Amino acid sequence: MKSLNFRWAINEALREEMERDERVFIAGEDVGKPGGPFGITKGLWEKFGEQRVKDTPLSEEAIIGLAVGAAAAGYRPVVEIMFMDFITIAMDQICNQAAKMRYLYGGKISLPLVIRTLFGTGLRAGGHHSQSLESWFIHTPGLKVVMPSTPYDAKGLLKSAIRDDNPVIFLEHKGLLRIKGDVPEEEFLIPLGVADVKRTGKHATVVATGKLVHTALGAAEQLARDGIELEVIDPRTLSPLDKETILNSVRKTNHLIIAHEGTKPCGIGAEISAVVAEEGLDFLDAPIKRLASPFMPIPFGPLEDALVPGENDIIEAVKEILK
Amino acid sequence: MKINLSKKVLINMYHNLVLSRRYEEKLIELFSQGKISGWIHSGIGQEATGVAISECLHKEDYLVPYFRSRSSLIAKGMNLSELTAEIFGKKTGCCKGRSGEGHVAEPALGMIGAGGVIGSSIPIGVGLAYAASLEGKNRVVACCFGDGATSRGSFHEAINMASAMNLPIVFVCENNLYAEFSNITIQMKIKDIFRRAEAYGIPGVMVDGCDPIAVYETMADSVERARKGEGPTLIEAKSYRWRGHFEGDPCEYRSKAEVENWIKKDPLILYQNKLKEMRIINSKKIDEAERQARDAIEKAIQFAFQSPFPTLEEIKEDVYT
Repeated sequence: MKSLNFRWAINEALREEMERDERVFIAGEDVGKPGGPFGITKGLWEKFGEQRVKDTPLSEEAIIGLAVGAAAAGYRPVVEIMFMDFITIAMDQICNQAAKMRYLYGGKISLPLVIRTLFGTGLRAGGHHSQSLESWFIHTPGLKVVMPSTPYDAKGLLKSAIRDDNPVIFLEHKGLLRIKGDVPEEEFLIPLGVADVKRTGKHATVVATGKLVHTALGAAEQLARDGIELEVIDPRTLSPLDKETILNSVRKTNHLIIAHEGTKPCGIGAEISAVVAEEGLDFLDAPIKRLASPFMPIPFGPLEDALVPGENDIIEAVKEILK
Repeated sequence: MKINLSKKVLINMYHNLVLSRRYEEKLIELFSQGKISGWIHSGIGQEATGVAISECLHKEDYLVPYFRSRSSLIAKGMNLSELTAEIFGKKTGCCKGRSGEGHVAEPALGMIGAGGVIGSSIPIGVGLAYAASLEGKNRVVACCFGDGATSRGSFHEAINMASAMNLPIVFVCENNLYAEFSNITIQMKIKDIFRRAEAYGIPGVMVDGCDPIAVYETMADSVERARKGEGPTLIEAKSYRWRGHFEGDPCEYRSKAEVENWIKKDPLILYQNKLKEMRIINSKKIDEAERQARDAIEKAIQFAFQSPFPTLEEIKEDVYT
């Protein structure tokens, strides 16, 4: 095992997959010579050259179109949308073109592309640099949506995403870039569509995504001192969702809290709640509780911190449903 | 650069022009009889550009089709039976009946990218060209669209990106003066779309879209440039659509006189006369071309009529691989 930070875990995944398969290439704004706005692709341009680590114009729609066309031609593009807030510019290319092309062309092609994008709070940079927009893509058939929370998950899942022959949206929480974690020295893959039980417990299940996985684990530590054992589940892949792991947990603990950034309406919390209500209603001893960001844009500055569910919010919610 | 058109090319284009015209006529007839579900966007009158564009392409080159140009598909070797079945929504269609008329594709022949959102195919064409540049086998992309598509941001982003990256792609805009029901003066202040090329630092060329020889010469030159690594070109082919945006469109937005003026300059008749003048064809060859077209079309229509629709189970496949 070695200790690797989230950013480097992604870098390593890209490097290894590009070494393994010459059809894999990277494109996006400032990803090449500058090494990426967050330094994630550092060193790759030097190693693989300008054609395979391509700096593009400021054109999110064309960047995704580039990925769609190149994937249709048999390549495996990994393109970057610098801030997920900008992904709105490319919605047609992602949801109308990438998501549907295989289906509409009678299965005659596949589009093995990955769209990496930085989402979530952490920079205190305001309403156009902090959103969590995964719901729109979970809602779109033909796409897969992945959200790792640790360096280990990031590396293993990105490698799998690159090898997956479907379009994958790979969501990197910008607040996690510096966190460190253990990563195997030898090659490893994590399959898409499989959740991870990050902590076992018997009193309540918290399904958390992205940075909130760590918040939930912090809450769990505090609650443990009071004898309350939380089970923390990280779905890792939001679409297709590993319903089984979540349902098995709720069957055991009888209590469910879902914590995510992004707003409540039609969020991953809404989806998981519906699934458990449909397929595991009898498991529940208390109503489901969702913790999410308030239904408002995120303003600039330190006030951002108060707009994301924190450890205390989770602790309060757990105590409430266990009453 | 002077391009010499061989007799083979001239005759090929003629055959494809005849076939495309008779095919459009047939589709219009069948639609009016209620025999086609969905819709038809007829390209009748505009066939000359498509036959010339595809004539310039090698089998391995990519074509991002302009939705109204069935002639470009035919000239690139699209199987007429599979195309017809697709238009009819049958499962034997080139897209298993899922795309219908609007976004026909045939990846095996390099025909990729067309879809129901006008202008969205253009960035996809740039992606195909990027793949071609990575591959290094001198493939080029013919990325075709109408005048309306050039109002999209996707057009700007794509052509700008292709130019900045010097990609092997030829952008071909068929300007038929109308985007759905809007005359081109509603779409843009400029009169000539090819002039936009200057904004991207690439050559822009205007050509008479009703003259297959002129289009061939222009396209061949641009394809050569792209293949040699000299980057993109924007070609504007001036033409006109004889019928409405879709079959059933009452066309209240334009005058009958305007339409009749263009029909007088029928590209098929003009080309036919030119080839007769050049002694490339005679009435015997004309009859032969017509007969071949009739037979091919009849065969394709029968195939489509006899093919089944996909089942409810079959249409659920291929969402993911």
